[in-house]
Amino acid sequence: MTRFDSTAINAEGVGLVSTTNSTAAPREAFTGQVGFILSAIGSAVGLGNIWRFPGVAYENGGGAFMVPYLVALLTAGIPILYLDYALGHRFRGGAPQAFRRVKRWLESVGWFQVMICVLIAVYYAAVVAWAASFFVYSFGLDWGDDAAAFFVGEHLQLADVGGADPWLTFDFVAAVLIPLVLVWVAVIAVLAAGVVKGVQRANVIFIPLLIVAFGVLVVRSLFLEGAVDGLNVLFTPDWGALGDPSVWIAAYGQIFFSLSVAFGIMITYASYRRRRSNMTGPGLVVAFSNSGFELLAGIGVFSALGFLASQQGVTVADLNFQGVLLAFVTFPTIVTEMPGGAFFGALFFGSLVMAGFTSLVSILQVVSAALQEKFALSRRAATIGLGLVLGTISVLGFSTTTGLILLDTVDAFVNNIGIVASAIFMCVFVIWVYRRGPELRYHLNAVSTVQVGRWWYACVGAIVPVMLIVMLVQYIITRIGEPYEGYDTTYLLFAGWGSVALLVLGAVLFTLPRWRGREDFAPWPSYPPVDAGTEQKGSVR
Amino acid sequence: MSTEAILMMIVAMLIIWGGLIVSIVVLRARPERTDLPSGGQDDHRQDAGIIEHDT
Repeated sequence: MTRFDSTAINAEGVGLVSTTNSTAAPREAFTGQVGFILSAIGSAVGLGNIWRFPGVAYENGGGAFMVPYLVALLTAGIPILYLDYALGHRFRGGAPQAFRRVKRWLESVGWFQVMICVLIAVYYAAVVAWAASFFVYSFGLDWGDDAAAFFVGEHLQLADVGGADPWLTFDFVAAVLIPLVLVWVAVIAVLAAGVVKGVQRANVIFIPLLIVAFGVLVVRSLFLEGAVDGLNVLFTPDWGALGDPSVWIAAYGQIFFSLSVAFGIMITYASYRRRRSNMTGPGLVVAFSNSGFELLAGIGVFSALGFLASQQGVTVADLNFQGVLLAFVTFPTIVTEMPGGAFFGALFFGSLVMAGFTSLVSILQVVSAALQEKFALSRRAATIGLGLVLGTISVLGFSTTTGLILLDTVDAFVNNIGIVASAIFMCVFVIWVYRRGPELRYHLNAVSTVQVGRWWYACVGAIVPVMLIVMLVQYIITRIGEPYEGYDTTYLLFAGWGSVALLVLGAVLFTLPRWRGREDFAPWPSYPPVDAGTEQKGSVR
Repeated sequence: MSTEAILMMIVAMLIIWGGLIVSIVVLRARPERTDLPSGGQDDHRQDAGIIEHDT
């Protein structure tokens, strides 16, 4: 680029491409820091914070788990979050566009991430719909005395898949189907309204409400009989666990899955941040909020578990303390046993709906942004199109009597193989092969208040990929050795490994067509930094 | 609760919730850089209608 005067620099820095392509709409943007932070928290805080963290901490050393957990937060969570932010903010695009601007063929890595979002969205919507149903059920404590039978039998009407029974049916369950359709209508309405009037507004309303509702729930559960015993179980440290590599892997896995990093969400959200805006400062707030909410959930869940254990005369270990069964079987049981249970149940399931819905919005925004940018679609066309297609798939696959089994399988494979592989691709190609680490760090430091030191290279270039490669290899070996949950191997071949194959296939197929969106682009600030005469001081060492 | 468990709970709260409070305070003290490189103005906003209340 040739520099003439400051206006010319400005014009170029801005990427005043609108002069050559005046029909292109300007990029949407969050109105400011608070809107961005709340939206990013809404994405990171999801169902996993509520039903995954407490159980993982309990199983992996209790109080001692905090050590590997915090180490993982600082050496993997925040660094990968910054990598996502830097890619999205510098290259101003959803995952495919941002990666394409790093290196043309890397667009495929972006589409791999979009495909992860597609597969997660179709089942995640179903869980949000269940939570919405249970929110309604909780007013009348409809599950009665046997919550397990109610959830599996009455609500899901799960087909028996114990032996040679149907693995996949298209027998729809109205009680699941109708809320699921409503969830899709709601999420598409939010996305179609745009980043500010849809995504940001939903988060600005739901996140404070979620914190209040969940806070009330936690405080209430602290005063239940037996709550202290539950907390004792959660926080009693087993220091021997620190010598066990699997505990460390569990900590890295927890941080990694709960922050919503490495599958396009944070890239997409960061791209809606104005160019001249602070990235790392808000990033720390988001990362600590996510962990802070997990800790709150741990305290609330284990207090409630301690109460149930004392009521039933069992130990916490005997209860379902994790995952879908914690939320939809154990919690309803707790609600039945406690005084004022209906209110407590409504708070719990209302929190699940809000946490899940804001995450679902962010997952689908990734898909929407990618379609808009690649195929030059309007926001409305992209969201309605993806809503119809994915909503239909979601209803076909997950509102039937075999929905739970499919959900469980796709979730396990897409998370443990898809997302982990996606993060490894990011680190390997962006940091190792194309050596964009220094440029991305320069970018973060040039726009941000909190400076990123050289330690960041060690994290995203070594610690994260090494930990994740170990996790991935270990998981694949386990899955080959023993079928997931003892499910039928042919079923797993299609539903589990097939999902992984679908990620790859989708990545290839979406990369092939011609890029119809804007191609001309100049990253700002330019790298390597221009000489001191034209740039203000303060560019970062 | 055992002393050890109480201690670990307090340490976890101090580090995680403390970290959250510190990161918010730091951000509020200096929300944006004032010495950004020149350039980097965005195109006008698509959603110009909303009044900005936050930082």
